[in-house]
Amino acid sequence: MSVSAVTTSSVQRSLRSGGRDWAGFVFEIVLLLSLLFALVTLFVLLADVLAKGLPVFAERGLDFLTSPLSSRPSQAGVAQGIIGTLIMAVLVPLFAFPVGVLTAVYLEEYAPDNRLTRLITVNIRNLAGVPSVVYGLLGLAVFVAAFAALGFGNGRNILAGALTLAVLVLPLVIITASEAIRAVPSTIREAGFGIGASHWQVVRTLILPSAAPGILTGMVLALSRALGETAPLILAGAVMGSFSTGGSLGEILTGPYTVLPIIVYDWARKPQADFRELTSAAIIVLLAVTLFANAIAILLRNRYVREW
Amino acid sequence: MTSTPPAPDGAPPAAVDGPAVSLRIDAATPLEPHATGSAEEQPVLAFRGVHFYYGSFRAVKDVTVDIHRNRITALIGPSGCGKSTLLRTINRMNDLIPHTRLEGQVLFHGENLYAPYVDPVEVRRRVGMVFQKPNPFPKSIYDNVAFGPRVTGMKGNLDDLVEASLRRAALWNEVKDKLKQSGLSLSGGQQQRLCIARAIATEPELILMDEPCSALDPRATLQIEDLMAELTERYTIVIVTHNMQQAARASDYTVFLNMAEDRAGYIVEQDETTRIFTNPANKMTEDYVSGRFG
Repeated sequence: MSVSAVTTSSVQRSLRSGGRDWAGFVFEIVLLLSLLFALVTLFVLLADVLAKGLPVFAERGLDFLTSPLSSRPSQAGVAQGIIGTLIMAVLVPLFAFPVGVLTAVYLEEYAPDNRLTRLITVNIRNLAGVPSVVYGLLGLAVFVAAFAALGFGNGRNILAGALTLAVLVLPLVIITASEAIRAVPSTIREAGFGIGASHWQVVRTLILPSAAPGILTGMVLALSRALGETAPLILAGAVMGSFSTGGSLGEILTGPYTVLPIIVYDWARKPQADFRELTSAAIIVLLAVTLFANAIAILLRNRYVREW
Repeated sequence: MTSTPPAPDGAPPAAVDGPAVSLRIDAATPLEPHATGSAEEQPVLAFRGVHFYYGSFRAVKDVTVDIHRNRITALIGPSGCGKSTLLRTINRMNDLIPHTRLEGQVLFHGENLYAPYVDPVEVRRRVGMVFQKPNPFPKSIYDNVAFGPRVTGMKGNLDDLVEASLRRAALWNEVKDKLKQSGLSLSGGQQQRLCIARAIATEPELILMDEPCSALDPRATLQIEDLMAELTERYTIVIVTHNMQQAARASDYTVFLNMAEDRAGYIVEQDETTRIFTNPANKMTEDYVSGRFG
């Protein structure tokens, strides 16, 4: 920075100096390294799982997907786990999303802005950070006990498990839905009110459709979280080891159940070396089922965005 | 402060004391004997000693203005003088902001809009609003215009109503072949005319415009001003504008507000627009309209 008057030559000199922004350059490198670290970790994990698990599919084909649990590695399959996880993928959203989205609408649109509301909002955020095993205890103490009291055997059924996971993801659903609702531009709300729409009409016809993509993104996140959970379901009654269950839907819903993460956890602890490969294969199935459930949610979201 | 009209604080109009008049007005029957241009004509809207508060802060003080039928009234004044706040008291949009309060009366056909039994939703159905930034819904052009009639449960042929509204907003010819396209696909000026069409689709009597051209280029601005002139055949318009030329060009009556020492907006002068711009009574008005402050 020269103090002298600006002259053509000084301007030219400064333009030509071509100095390099080293701090910016280093920062960019750090950003890139962070990305690479995440990608490489993910890639290594995936490669390891695929390398161990794919031979199982090559050897046994669809048999691995359709066979029930067994203590013999050569016969063990994940059929019950797939059924359990798919049922969870239906039941958890069914329980968690109506309650979660309606709660978010109330908190954002109707609740007065006072200390109580803020206290509730802060605590919902805290709940999202509670370890999942605590929700398992809750599921055991409330849902399993309730189903047992209602006469559904010992109460350790998939309904109790799904309710436990629904409560687990509820804070996540509420937080993402709240944020999606808050992100709706105020100009849209004003336009709606200015035309003479009632609060309910503004919420239903303008705010919820505008917030829908964000709400459904929250649904994808919540679903991924729920389908991967192990600890709460160990407490809330999922079966480890083999079992048989009846074929009808009623028996599946009220009988013993398991899900893929539980199978992964159970097999990973088994002493037989053969179960190592099976574990990896089960992980591949879990990833596929989770991706499938998310793909459906994302398709729903894209379709909704187009229509609105 | 010299030329504020006689303070009518203590003199509420007689209509308020009578039995509650329904806000619902049959559009087919004239409300009063037709007396175009007559100064004695009852105003569509009248502010009587209005004070407006955000919490304990008084944003507008002692406003008394008559808004006359089928005319364009411009609210002008420097930033922060309470023009928009005043405009938004008319359709009770300020109700959406917590801790706001209005003293005095805003009379619409002689009915106090702030009487406890008045439903703000019904008020907004009779008073259309166009905002500073064009804000079409992320819906089709058709659905934007049809939104009001749908939420208000208007009967009749929706297609005809949408077409008539778009025609009145001078937009029909540009969009008639793409009614299914998103309202957001239009240019800024077209979007603002779409918002006008949306506002008039519910057949309001009064249209409020809050700096409707501030986000538009000069050509689109002129289009909107021409449109406003056409709209006065059927509607009464109140416009807030920062643009002095616009107020001079487009309005019939001008209300000049300024900020007092306590930052509350008050009316310095109000008169026919030609008078305000050629022969204002107040020095402050003259300085403002000639661009010397504000």
